[in-house]
Amino acid sequence: MIATLAFYLFAGILLVSAAMVVSARNPVHAVLFLILSFFNAAALFLLAGAEFLAMILVIVYVGAVAVLFLFVVMMLDINFTQLREGFQRYLPVGATIGVVLLAELVIVFGGWRIAPGSDAHRFAPIDVAVENTRQIGNILYTDYILLFQASGLILLVAMIGAIVLTLRDRKTSLHQVVSKQVARMPADTLVMVDVIRGAGVPADHYLRPKVAPVAAPEAAHDSHGHGGHH
Amino acid sequence: MVDLALNFLFNTQLGFLILTVLKAFAILVPLLMMVAYLTYVERKVLGAIQLRKGPNVVGPFGLFQPFADAIKMLMKETVIPSGANKVLFLLAPMLTFSLAMLAWAVIPVNDGWAIADINVGVLYLFAISSLGVYGIIIAGWASNSRYPFLGAMRSAAQMVSYEVSMGFVMVTVLVCVGSLNLNDIVMAQSKLWFCIPLFPMAVIFFISTLAETNRSPFDLPEGESEIVAGFFLEYSSMSFGLFFLGEYANMILMSSMTTILFLGGWLGPFGLWPALGPIWFILKVCMVLFTFIWVRGTFPRYRYDQLMRLGWKVFLPFSLFYLVLVAGVLMAFGWLPHVA
Repeated sequence: MIATLAFYLFAGILLVSAAMVVSARNPVHAVLFLILSFFNAAALFLLAGAEFLAMILVIVYVGAVAVLFLFVVMMLDINFTQLREGFQRYLPVGATIGVVLLAELVIVFGGWRIAPGSDAHRFAPIDVAVENTRQIGNILYTDYILLFQASGLILLVAMIGAIVLTLRDRKTSLHQVVSKQVARMPADTLVMVDVIRGAGVPADHYLRPKVAPVAAPEAAHDSHGHGGHH
Repeated sequence: MVDLALNFLFNTQLGFLILTVLKAFAILVPLLMMVAYLTYVERKVLGAIQLRKGPNVVGPFGLFQPFADAIKMLMKETVIPSGANKVLFLLAPMLTFSLAMLAWAVIPVNDGWAIADINVGVLYLFAISSLGVYGIIIAGWASNSRYPFLGAMRSAAQMVSYEVSMGFVMVTVLVCVGSLNLNDIVMAQSKLWFCIPLFPMAVIFFISTLAETNRSPFDLPEGESEIVAGFFLEYSSMSFGLFFLGEYANMILMSSMTTILFLGGWLGPFGLWPALGPIWFILKVCMVLFTFIWVRGTFPRYRYDQLMRLGWKVFLPFSLFYLVLVAGVLMAFGWLPHVA
């Protein structure tokens, strides 16, 4: 009974927040509703016994992808009214895609409902006794290892592409060599001068930079001294 | 009568709900007490490091200081900036605090002493800790102010970066254990704690937890000398208090994660006094927490580019290398955990 109640709770929040994603006026609110709907979808996965998928959904989509998404949306200065204008134009296309997806889902799930025998024809029949983390591992890393690796390579290429696109040339951009910074010792830049006790400190008798800094031109100061008004 | 009550608690659905709530209280009340006294200990330890006395006025040795602070925070006025997004502004601290509490559902304090002993415990912890960034981003954005937004940006970049190497560290531990269950992870260390064979990973994990909880020397999101107080600049009274409590609860959570993954959880050193499980656990957590404070008292704050460099150019390649090394060693010597 509790599981049923929980299902309706999560499913209800999921549907409402999914509707809010497309209808919210503020894009930041829309992204936050998207995150909420991801989260509720994860809860539904959990209720269906797919705990691994639920956690991965939260870690990958909510914890990483949506954070970057939220950032982009927060920092962009979006013209909301202009964004709304396209709504009428894209409505037919969006509705068609929605209907197609709905029909496919009905066919898939309806198939299980109407003809339970069709379960046997699935690509990867589920063995209930084995926990699903292990099952996914078995399928991904034994049956479909080549495809898995290939998708990894495609992602790598995409990543390299993104880096190449944003890489500026090395001449104009500033770089720091950390090993140089770490290896820099006080003795490289400073000289220690012995001071005789009681003899006062002559101007050149203290720890000072080896190369004297270029003095600021006096002419830059105004005639009122250093009292401010700059 | 007692039998009847026990039967009700363990064998009916309503009883199960009540039992879970009771269990939650059993872990949250001590946790909040620990949070309260962690703030006290932090000020005392920092005081000792800086040759000061720390809080010593309220109660004996200043022991009632946390309660005085709590009352002060509750009595103050909650100021909401006029340009702020009210709902999100108030939601952010609640989110931070409740996420810090939520993760405790799976932490085993002793053999099987967890509210939910789930198969994917490690992933659950990782998922909840990766959600922690939202409280900060939402706070930064909803404040509608420059410094909080800068703090939120820093925090998001920092937490996402360090999560990556933290993930690899966890995978290395999981390769050694062969299970995602936190109970199994601790039991796998009954012979040898993972901090010995995986010492570099334990260090990386600890440093990553510092970055993940926005603690010094990685406390750039709140860097008071540059961006005033960062993401919680606009917060006052209890809405600030919730951020504060959330940060300390997260510190305790991360310390217990370190304890479970590397320090053998509730297992005593060399199998000493197994009956003292929870005591061992708390002692180890306190030790890690002390290191948190010690680090804060010792190291200057990182510069932002140094922080990013450490995360992406040092920790990520090294943890990836060590993961491959560990997997290779386990494979070569046939030490891979038995596959059921």
